[in-house]
Amino acid sequence: MTAPSRPVVGVAALSAGFGDRTALRDVSLALEAHAVTAIIGPSGCGKSTLLRCLNRMHELGAGAWVRGRVTLDGDDLYGPDVDAVQVRRRIGMVFQRPNPFPTLSIRDNVAAGLDLNGFARAERDDRVEAALKQAALWNEVADRLNRSALALSGGQQQRLCIARALAVEPEVLLMDEPASALDPIATARVEELIHELKDRLTLIVVTHNMQQAARISTRTAFLYMGELVEYDRTEALFTNPKERRTEDYVTGKFG
Amino acid sequence: MGTSLPARRRLARRRLERTGDTLYRDALAAFGMSVAAALGIVAAESAKLAAPALRRFGIAFVGSTQWDPTADRFGALPFLAGTVLTSAEALALALPVGLGAAIFLSEMAPARLRAMVRFPIEMLAAIPSVIVGLWGLFVLAPIMRTRVEPLLARTGLPILSGTPVGVGLLAAGVVLAVMVLPTLTSLSLDVVGAVDRAQREGLYALGATRWEVIRRGVLPAAKSGLFGATVLALGRALGETMAVAMVVGNSPDMPHSLLATGGTLASVIANEFTEAVSDLHEAALAELGLVLLALTLLLSIGGRLLLRRSVR
Ligand SMILES: Nc1ncnc2c1ncn2[C@@H]1O[C@H](COP(=O)(O)OP(=O)(O)O)[C@@H](O)[C@H]1O
Ligand SMILES: [Mg+2]
Repeated sequence: MTAPSRPVVGVAALSAGFGDRTALRDVSLALEAHAVTAIIGPSGCGKSTLLRCLNRMHELGAGAWVRGRVTLDGDDLYGPDVDAVQVRRRIGMVFQRPNPFPTLSIRDNVAAGLDLNGFARAERDDRVEAALKQAALWNEVADRLNRSALALSGGQQQRLCIARALAVEPEVLLMDEPASALDPIATARVEELIHELKDRLTLIVVTHNMQQAARISTRTAFLYMGELVEYDRTEALFTNPKERRTEDYVTGKFG
Repeated sequence: MGTSLPARRRLARRRLERTGDTLYRDALAAFGMSVAAALGIVAAESAKLAAPALRRFGIAFVGSTQWDPTADRFGALPFLAGTVLTSAEALALALPVGLGAAIFLSEMAPARLRAMVRFPIEMLAAIPSVIVGLWGLFVLAPIMRTRVEPLLARTGLPILSGTPVGVGLLAAGVVLAVMVLPTLTSLSLDVVGAVDRAQREGLYALGATRWEVIRRGVLPAAKSGLFGATVLALGRALGETMAVAMVVGNSPDMPHSLLATGGTLASVIANEFTEAVSDLHEAALAELGLVLLALTLLLSIGGRLLLRRSVR
């Protein structure tokens, strides 16, 4: 495996699970800055768990435990005096099912993260507009920012959630199967968006769709039963896998 | 010409099912209607019983502060005020405690504790009100008289002035709070627990603290359900009879302070009906019943309207 040139997120000997169950076993990898890294693998192999360990969301689950090291720009995210809340402000997350806040307007949804820190009105509006533009949603919602977020289509809701995450200007954006609940057209828009966003930040995208991984990512990690089987440049991983299990998976022998 | 035997059988069964559906729907409609009818009958019977008082006092009955059965003077205001004051006090006490407990159990306590206390809380709701009344009379009232009321009287607020006697509106409000608390807590726990996990995670992922998740995610999403739980609790408090009658002090005077003795619509009906001194007295008590009925109807209708507006 060739190492990424500019690593920003480092994962070392990471294991995690729930109670006496291990969902992730001794995973180590370095994630490249301003690139899209895809995490693939069959359902239940630990993709979400890995992602949620990166922004310390995993520990919110009942009985959850984590061992090992995660670093962001050299900072140990699980260090003794590191606040998980601060970690989550630096590493944003978008979920599989769009989860806009139902009682808030489109504007207030995007500003939800800003409101936690209290921004002045003018700057708040500017940031909302910028985030909506980055999420390629501005043109569709500019004239109805005060409407409920629930009035949007599923694809728009997901881009709203992306805008919401972008508004707090994170360094890394985690996406857990961000398009799996969307129709093909909405999926294409989200993929396009992922492409544009990598100039701005580092993206880590979980997907169970191998074509999608091939389209959007520069590097791909293949997880199987909680272990990292192979991690390489996406093209190499798909065309010339080094591991037998990777080959079987990418050629569709199981999944 | 033939539809085959199985086809005909299928048809027959389909028809039977359709008849079943219709029957079921009609039965449901009948049940629904019978509830409304029962309410109507109760109201009509009460009105018939109250007719002499209705004729004599009319609507002025509601605004009159006099209640003197021996002088044939009857007015509902002291009891209306007693009902509203004790219920409001009960909510003011029970709401923060019940909501706080529900939020603590749902958002902070480990799942095991939540499962452990859930059943006991629901059991508390099943304590007969006469038992709570006994507790109010023999345990609560002495404490109120010797400790709580002297302290409150020192605030100098008019609503808390008077001689500490233990029994009275204040004690009745506490008893009501105790009675609605279990239901309020367990309903709130249901409502808060039903808030989608994805909502909480959305906020956590933005860097919200646990408190921010509760305030900005859980509470707004649970708002209408919590409101419904509150209306239910208030409805129970308005109509509660036995426990209140035991601790409220049962005086017909217009209450000027929570420390005073008084009565509620429900408690005075229970206390005086079997010993009514005249037909007019009996009619006036029935009219109090009508006022209580109107109050609870108003509450549930008003609550529903407010709810509809808040949900949009
Ligand atoms: N809250 C939980 N409690 C217990 N086990 C869980 C929980 N969430 C996930 N798991 C288990 O952890 C393993 C990895 O899950 P996950 O990371 O969600 O997989 P993926 O995202 O690849 O489908 C699975 O075996 C799953 O059953
Ligand atoms: Mg998953």
